[in-house]
Amino acid sequence: MSDWVEVIDKNRKEIDVKQIRKDFPVLHQEVNGKPLAYFDNAATTQKPAQVIAALEHYYKKDNSNIHRGAHTLASRATENFENTRSSVKEFINAPSREEVIFTKGTTEAINLVASSFGERYIHEGDEIIISTMEHHSNIVPWQLLCERRKAILKVIPIFKNGEMDLEAYKKLLSSKTKLVSVVHASNALGTVNPIREMIDLAHNFGARFLVDGAQSAAHLPVDVQALDCDFLVFSAHKMYGPTGVGVLYGKRSLLEEMPPYQGGGEMISEVRFEKTSFNELPYKFEAGTPNIADVVAFDQAISYINRYGKDKIHSHESALLAYAFQKCVSIRGFEPIGTANEKVSVLSFNLKNIHPFDVGMMLDASGIAVRTGHHCTQPLMNWYGIEGTVRASFAVYNTTEEIDRLYESLVRISKRKN
Amino acid sequence: MEDINTVQDEIIDEFGILGDDKESTIFYIMELGEQLADFPEEERKEDNIIKGCQSKVWLITSYQDGKIQFLADSNTAITKGLISLLIRVLSDRTAREIIDADLYFIKEIGMGNIIGSQRSNGLAAMIKQMKLFALAYQSKIDA
Ligand SMILES: Cc1ncc(COP(=O)(O)O)c(C=O)c1O
Repeated sequence: MSDWVEVIDKNRKEIDVKQIRKDFPVLHQEVNGKPLAYFDNAATTQKPAQVIAALEHYYKKDNSNIHRGAHTLASRATENFENTRSSVKEFINAPSREEVIFTKGTTEAINLVASSFGERYIHEGDEIIISTMEHHSNIVPWQLLCERRKAILKVIPIFKNGEMDLEAYKKLLSSKTKLVSVVHASNALGTVNPIREMIDLAHNFGARFLVDGAQSAAHLPVDVQALDCDFLVFSAHKMYGPTGVGVLYGKRSLLEEMPPYQGGGEMISEVRFEKTSFNELPYKFEAGTPNIADVVAFDQAISYINRYGKDKIHSHESALLAYAFQKCVSIRGFEPIGTANEKVSVLSFNLKNIHPFDVGMMLDASGIAVRTGHHCTQPLMNWYGIEGTVRASFAVYNTTEEIDRLYESLVRISKRKN
Repeated sequence: MEDINTVQDEIIDEFGILGDDKESTIFYIMELGEQLADFPEEERKEDNIIKGCQSKVWLITSYQDGKIQFLADSNTAITKGLISLLIRVLSDRTAREIIDADLYFIKEIGMGNIIGSQRSNGLAAMIKQMKLFALAYQSKIDA
């Protein structure tokens, strides 16, 4: 049996979920006449009052454009914006603030690397490696790049339980490999990949490594220096922060070599019609007025996670996953998808003879929010030979009582057909 | 056979009895879908899929004694239930009846709230496709 299935760890570090729930206004409502149980956290998490207040405060007190104003509000806004950059630097243990670039999200960050790193480093015949369990955001930008540069995209196979086939990965690596881009924790399966080991293997061949941290940033320790990854990307909205903000971390030496992604304001040092010289890092990659308010409020999301600590949060979420799994395996027709040894708290499954859409619809009728479908991982679903799954993904504010409700509803739903 | 509006009124009454409980309403719709006539396996092909639905919906027609019959199927139970309601109202009618039908039962039973906006778009696509079929038959009759 997998680690996460074992009886809940007695030494686990407790957090006060009751108290935490008070911080999330959205949780306190009824949906379809039942209290909301929000289990769609892998899609986006809810926001604590601290984040919402920071947004409101920014627009009420500090709103200004940044980096260029000569007045007090502009300098306040700039300071707050740059404070978030410092917090992100600490959060992922980046060597310097200049290596932290704000984007719209994970997707834009990957596209930035595909475009800019690709432009500089990917040539005809080069190889890029991804895995079977990637999100479309970590597939399509590489397909487009490979088409542009006549490069070759290779895909690491996985095992039935959702773990990466490391032996196959080793065989794919060669001196032709220029980049490996792999998800830290899978959004569709929950699998936590042995990213540290995979990075070392890639580096042995001189290949660069991008970690898609969309699903790990809020749930697992992520230390870019310990990992020695070349790029790390993630989204604020999946870690209790606002939508429309993401982070690209890149090693300075690479970012300096890479050409700008977009042209415009902020990213230049001098523009002449004959030639433009570009601003230094990180501004070189932040063209135009950024999403100031949301970046400022993102700082509160990081503080929120830090307040409890990822080890406690992870421990709580793992306990929820173990609890949910133990209950649900007893349901007739319950088919878990993704039973890797190491997982973040994603419970992906199907009920026999029932389409995942129908399961989602019936759960919603009971106030339970899950995601159904392919989770933007169609190649993975095809590999499993299924159309999609039902996915319940847990966060810091979820409770075992909510999982009891999920279980009871699933029992009722399954009974119709099994 | 009852006219279109009589059937619609029956449906409104049935849903009225179910009341506000969304779960039982959805279970009921799904059960309706299970009573749909079997759909021929060979017709479960790309050409017969209605565009604009989240789920897969196959729809075919036949024409007999001046009336149009619909046969449909879906990969999800909820959609099957929805289309079974439409078939109950619109199948075995003349082209003219179908074209002129005002499907007020959908609004009356609060379908938008029951199935949400994405599926409501799918439902609208199904109705549109059924009316398009009727228009095609009607133009043949008129020609
Ligand atoms: C693993 C993974 N990668 C990338 C993304 C894309 O993130 P975003 O939509 O925030 O750009 C997601 C979000 O669903 C994800 O789960």
